[in-house]
Amino acid sequence: MSVKQNCKLLVVGAGPGGYVAAIRAGQLGIDTIIVEGDKAGGTCLIRGCIPSKALIHAADKYAEMSAHAGDGHLGIKLGTKPELDFSKTIAWKDGIVNQLNGGVEGLLKKAKVKQITGWATFKDAKTCDVETADGIVTITAEHVILATGSKPTELPFLPFGEDVISSTEALDLQDVPKRLVVVGAGYIGLELGIAYRKLGADVTFIEAEDRILATYDKELTRPILQSLNKLGITTHLGAKASGWADNKLSYTDKDGAAQTIAADKLLVTVGRKPNTTGWGLENMAVDMQGPFVKIDSRCHTSMKNVWAIGDITGEPMLAHRASAQGEVVAELIAGKKAEFNPNAIATVCFTDPEIIAVGQTAEDAKKVGIETVVGKFPLMANGRALTMEAGEGGGFVRITARKDNHLILGIHAVGPHVSELSGEFALALEMSARLEDIAGTIHVHPTMTESFAEASLAALGHAIHI
Amino acid sequence: MGQYYFNLPDLGEGIVEAEIAALHVQVGDIVTEDQPLIDMMTDKATVELPSPVDGKILSISGQPGEMVTVGTPMVVFEVEGAGNADTAPAEAPKTEEKTPEAAEVKTPEPVKAAPAPVAAKPKPVSPPKAPKAKTGDKPLASPAVRKRALEENIDLSQVPGSGPAGRISHQDLDDFIAAGGRISHGAKKARTGVEEIPVIGIRRKIAQQMELSKRSIPHYSYVEEVDVTEVEKLRNFMNANREEGQPKLSILPFIMMATLKGLEKFPECNAHYDAEQSMVRRFDGVHLGIATQTPNGLMVPVVSHAEVRDIWDMATEMMRVTSAGREGRASREELSGSTVTITSLGKIGGIVTTPVINHPEVSIIGVNKIVPRPMVINGSEIQIRQMMNLSSSFDHRVVDGFVAAELIQFIKGSLEQPATLFM
Repeated sequence: MSVKQNCKLLVVGAGPGGYVAAIRAGQLGIDTIIVEGDKAGGTCLIRGCIPSKALIHAADKYAEMSAHAGDGHLGIKLGTKPELDFSKTIAWKDGIVNQLNGGVEGLLKKAKVKQITGWATFKDAKTCDVETADGIVTITAEHVILATGSKPTELPFLPFGEDVISSTEALDLQDVPKRLVVVGAGYIGLELGIAYRKLGADVTFIEAEDRILATYDKELTRPILQSLNKLGITTHLGAKASGWADNKLSYTDKDGAAQTIAADKLLVTVGRKPNTTGWGLENMAVDMQGPFVKIDSRCHTSMKNVWAIGDITGEPMLAHRASAQGEVVAELIAGKKAEFNPNAIATVCFTDPEIIAVGQTAEDAKKVGIETVVGKFPLMANGRALTMEAGEGGGFVRITARKDNHLILGIHAVGPHVSELSGEFALALEMSARLEDIAGTIHVHPTMTESFAEASLAALGHAIHI
Repeated sequence: MGQYYFNLPDLGEGIVEAEIAALHVQVGDIVTEDQPLIDMMTDKATVELPSPVDGKILSISGQPGEMVTVGTPMVVFEVEGAGNADTAPAEAPKTEEKTPEAAEVKTPEPVKAAPAPVAAKPKPVSPPKAPKAKTGDKPLASPAVRKRALEENIDLSQVPGSGPAGRISHQDLDDFIAAGGRISHGAKKARTGVEEIPVIGIRRKIAQQMELSKRSIPHYSYVEEVDVTEVEKLRNFMNANREEGQPKLSILPFIMMATLKGLEKFPECNAHYDAEQSMVRRFDGVHLGIATQTPNGLMVPVVSHAEVRDIWDMATEMMRVTSAGREGRASREELSGSTVTITSLGKIGGIVTTPVINHPEVSIIGVNKIVPRPMVINGSEIQIRQMMNLSSSFDHRVVDGFVAAELIQFIKGSLEQPATLFM
């Protein structure tokens, strides 16, 4: 059976880019079809942001409770060590994923977006065949939004399978591996590695660069390194993995010596690559930019009325970027004026401690010839942080501003719970705030946000609490 | 660290100078080999010059719109290793620039301009340009203000911000809009602003070419109406019965065919006139220039050797070269060598035009729009016929009015009896 369907807008991929674009298009009265091969929600919701945060939360809880066993902690003592039933942890995480998946499907329905489950293959830029459970559906659309996302990068000498796993499988294990080796100490590897360490695994990182989290500056990553040591995680920097056999990873250490390390699971987190093959992109005549689909400031590709958003369009591969692009494109298709032109996109690592980065560092600014002032405020001097045991570990908030007019160029923070400060950071940059704007905003006491105001004051040369 | 001098390379075809069309880099930029540096425009094509080395840009000579002679030093790089400073021409600017602060493009050493009277080879020194917003410096405004500006088609970089660090408020935007896009306070005011648009690049070429044509060629214009009812019928039939791979025909290929036939009969119209040498060059081959509106302005892509093409081939080649022209990827060859030009504005073709001859050609055939009109047929009967005017111009120095009229009458006859086009 073959069915033909026409629509004004076809969205391919129901991740945080695609589903947001479809909902916004639906709100604007655009006749929209969204096609997804899996459940709605995409990497973020099903095998990324959300499940990993659930796992990290459970791991933190377990580690915290374990700290109360024995001699106790904060005067709270547990008689016995807590027990972990990991399959139930995973089931709880699945519950959250299902709830959100149902929520997204409900929102799409409410916006009158037609959802088709199946694999789409494009025949030309405006036509695709979708293999659904009920046969082929051929969809022809006036506009197409490509939102096919990305997937974990596979190393040719460490192909995924059995005990060599990607982040996807790491979020669905039924047992905590006894020995977990993680290749790649970027944010995905670190988030998962730290969680599994807290859940009881013996964790080792193999990182090819001579530092962890290479995209962040060293000052920002130092507290993470300290935390890894404290957690008892071994990190081999400058080490190049080379092969996997009999549950042993071979690698060359920083001195060039051949080494092996035994592991029950080998987690490979060396980045993500855009999903640009297997669905007929080559038939659409859109221009590429390196591995990514090339787009302009409207997220328009080189082909008329074909748009692309999210991970297939390049770095930073982040859900919140994809969603913002999705809204822009839906509005453009509806004939409104819109542009994807953010001042900054915040990035976050849910490591222990957490990292937030928005905008430029002083180093970045120097490269383009801008003189800066920098203000830094340690969480150790923040009352609220101390009451949440967040004052230790060297966390801080750091603001970089132009020296001449105090325009804030970048905000960086590391420490427990700092991810929740990211909204204010991003707002400050989008509003083109100056140091005086932040310093002049009364921040609630006692909260960790006071550190932001204090960092501004520090940049102005008169912090109160340091 | 050494210095590497990048001189304007030989762009081929005996080109001695070219115009800077665009600069892709700034002083202080770190560039990699093959990264686009500068777009140079020659007579017809725009050439992108890539960086020859990895390095940091110390200086750039010239601004978009300036003419540069082949061999002139254009960019100085700081590079690893020795560089090629030894091979740089003696007059190359010896810049001491080391700091990245100098983000503005530098004009070549002004000190050289001062003792101009004795300069052996006076080089045009560009006047100081108004400071330009540095690329990468976004106007400061909240997302709400940015969205409103986008909706109102306002370029925020033109809006003065009254806030700290020049931040643009909603009020600033309101004032800017109320002033009709001008800095002002209060209600509506008469507009007195003048936008200065430098005529550079292709626009300058067009201006020069038009001026040359109109100044040097005494135009003789001739308008005649053509009954295209029959050729339209034939065209519709051919389109309905075309084979796979054959393009859909517009009226233009038929006019091209008729023009070709006419020029074979009146070769004096298929020629170039070289006034300096008082020489007319009549061409055996017919190369039809097709005046084409492109995003960059008027261009004339060429359907070469029309004499060997049938109508399908004529149409295919015309579409190929005109779309190449429109998309800015036409080669130099595709934009030169026409012996006669056809100009048509299609649906907005009007009743009469006075086409400007494409120098050094001697004829241009202008096509006006087709309209149904009541016509007297056989002296007594009125019929509705498809009518189209041809407005053409000829170089009256070398083409007599009589010959021009004969050519147009021949073309008219061919189009009204379209079978003759295929004889």
